[in-house]
Amino acid sequence: MTAYIVRRVIAAIILLIVVTMITFAIFFLVPRLAGETSTQLAAQYVGRDPSPDALAAVQKNLGFDQPLYQQWWEFAHGIVAGRTFRYGPDASVCHVPCFGYSFKSHLPVWPEITSRLPVTISLAAGAAVIWVITGVAIGVLSALKRGSVFDRFSMGLALAGVSLPIFFTALLSLALFSYKWPVFPNLQYVPITQNPVLWAKNLVLPWITLAFLYSALYARLTRAGMLETMSEDYIRTARAKGLPERQVVIRHGLRSALTPIITIFGLDLGLLLGGAVLTETAFSLPGVGQYAVEAITDNDLPKIMAVTTLAAFFIVVANLVVDVLYVAVDPRVRYR
Amino acid sequence: MTSPLDVTGSAAEAQPESVLAGVGEKTIEGRSLGQIAWMRFKRDRVAMAGGVVVVGLVLLAVLAKPVEAVFGLDPNAFHQELIDPVLLKPKGSFGGVSWAHPLGVEPQYGRDLLARIIEGSWVSLAVAFGATLLAVTIGTVLGVMAGYYGGWVDTVISRLMDIFLAFPLLLFAIALSASLQGGAFGLHGLTLHISVLIFVIGFFAWPYMGRIIRGQTLSLREREFVDAARSMGARGPYVLFKELLPNLVAPIIVYSTLLIPTNILFEAGLSFLGVGIQPPQASWGGMLNQSISLYQADPWFMVVPGLAIFITVLAFNLLGDGLRDALDPRSN
Repeated sequence: MTAYIVRRVIAAIILLIVVTMITFAIFFLVPRLAGETSTQLAAQYVGRDPSPDALAAVQKNLGFDQPLYQQWWEFAHGIVAGRTFRYGPDASVCHVPCFGYSFKSHLPVWPEITSRLPVTISLAAGAAVIWVITGVAIGVLSALKRGSVFDRFSMGLALAGVSLPIFFTALLSLALFSYKWPVFPNLQYVPITQNPVLWAKNLVLPWITLAFLYSALYARLTRAGMLETMSEDYIRTARAKGLPERQVVIRHGLRSALTPIITIFGLDLGLLLGGAVLTETAFSLPGVGQYAVEAITDNDLPKIMAVTTLAAFFIVVANLVVDVLYVAVDPRVRYR
Repeated sequence: MTSPLDVTGSAAEAQPESVLAGVGEKTIEGRSLGQIAWMRFKRDRVAMAGGVVVVGLVLLAVLAKPVEAVFGLDPNAFHQELIDPVLLKPKGSFGGVSWAHPLGVEPQYGRDLLARIIEGSWVSLAVAFGATLLAVTIGTVLGVMAGYYGGWVDTVISRLMDIFLAFPLLLFAIALSASLQGGAFGLHGLTLHISVLIFVIGFFAWPYMGRIIRGQTLSLREREFVDAARSMGARGPYVLFKELLPNLVAPIIVYSTLLIPTNILFEAGLSFLGVGIQPPQASWGGMLNQSISLYQADPWFMVVPGLAIFITVLAFNLLGDGLRDALDPRSN
């Protein structure tokens, strides 16, 4: 088991390194494909009508004059071991994990991201609790009462749920419950440490909006999984040996129907922690996703690298946790 | 994920007695897989409805320009006279619905919403179909190769899919489409935006297709008919194209149909974030983006593009679910 975990961790680290390399390459190659030179790239980050000297200085400071692999190496080195930037006579030390300074605002990137993480975590975790409970419950009930009015109604609703774009449901809920009938007026993020009640109250709409989409998805998945499991032979065996139906459903049916759901849940949560871009934009929540959109519209490379690396990190870690849990939960899965 | 669409009860079960009973009276004709699937599909009314809507939408999208010309709809004509100059919202109720403007007009500028929805339909479907075609092509080719050849080919392709799935896709798509906005590969304007979206979405959606096709190929490869073909001297390409590919057509059709709505949502999402289709070209996501700042003045404005996306995506989902139930015998 330990050897398995170690192997998986090493594979995850390699995957992360590859992802950062590709990200780096893409964001350096794409502007060049569009026909920009490194001087033109540097020109974006200097004021209007820069002198050639100023341009050259910026180009050097930002490292645009170095070969691509060297720039990537310094980036990776900064994350693991910190980095020192020299601007003329001044030197500034950027501590671990160093994602550098924003090209535009010249502020360090990492503190900016960590200050936004609680928003995204609050949003994703709260929604996850709602969607796992409702999605799985509805899916199981639908499967057990297949063809009933409840089944038809909830599956119809679920189909609608997966067909509605989240930014539309977000705007709709804002228009209805924040503006028309102001149940949740003036939505803005309040840190949980400052006022837990207001924190929760202002997140109710985003939570429900996000959870609606995922509940629909999970209800459909759970129902399909449950239907398949309940037609297995071992369920008949369990019934035949006289177990109460309740135990058959929970111990034998649900347990094996839920294992694939755990995988998907890990991936979805990992994906959302890296920034719930659409939801955050629609609700104007100052989370990592909004930061990412900002970084991208500003074409601010250190910020872009930081958010993509962080997002990839969450996905890879979620994958890792799921794989390890899988082995722990499902005795049939053997690790190699 | 099958019911409530799939056929249940006696209709779904084979009835050998009735088949036997018919022997004396008329000759039994063999039915092809396609005929059987079509028979099942016809019985599924919900899926049929979805299919009809999809056909209508595709026709509308293909004929968007002629339709606009015939009905005198101009998606970019400003009607400032229809806008309340203080509140910026359209005069009249429901966003200024009238005979001339059946879906109302846009707040602030007064452009006709019906015209913009029609205009948005072809952009949306062009991107979704293009991206799906790209994803399905890459996914099928690589998936079949990984499943059929196995060994190091499988390892390389599977790891590649893992890497793609570990990428924060939406961020990448946003970043790529944002940084290519100015002009690239000698393309400009709308052509560029549509090509970039097709490329970005298709390029990130293929691993899902690839995994499904790889799995199907793996199980098909071990089947007797493949062994039979090989034992009669068939070689790689023949087995691939004549034995495996025909059996993969059903999953390819089903998952392509289910990939289209995902890609429609993806395109709308990117345009909503302002990195997809750029104004003045009308797009459904772009209209929702405008409505972020305008929904308080005119809530009707966001309902129109929102419902357009919803109906389109729902219709494709219904069609896809129905096709899966019809083509996959296991689903009953």
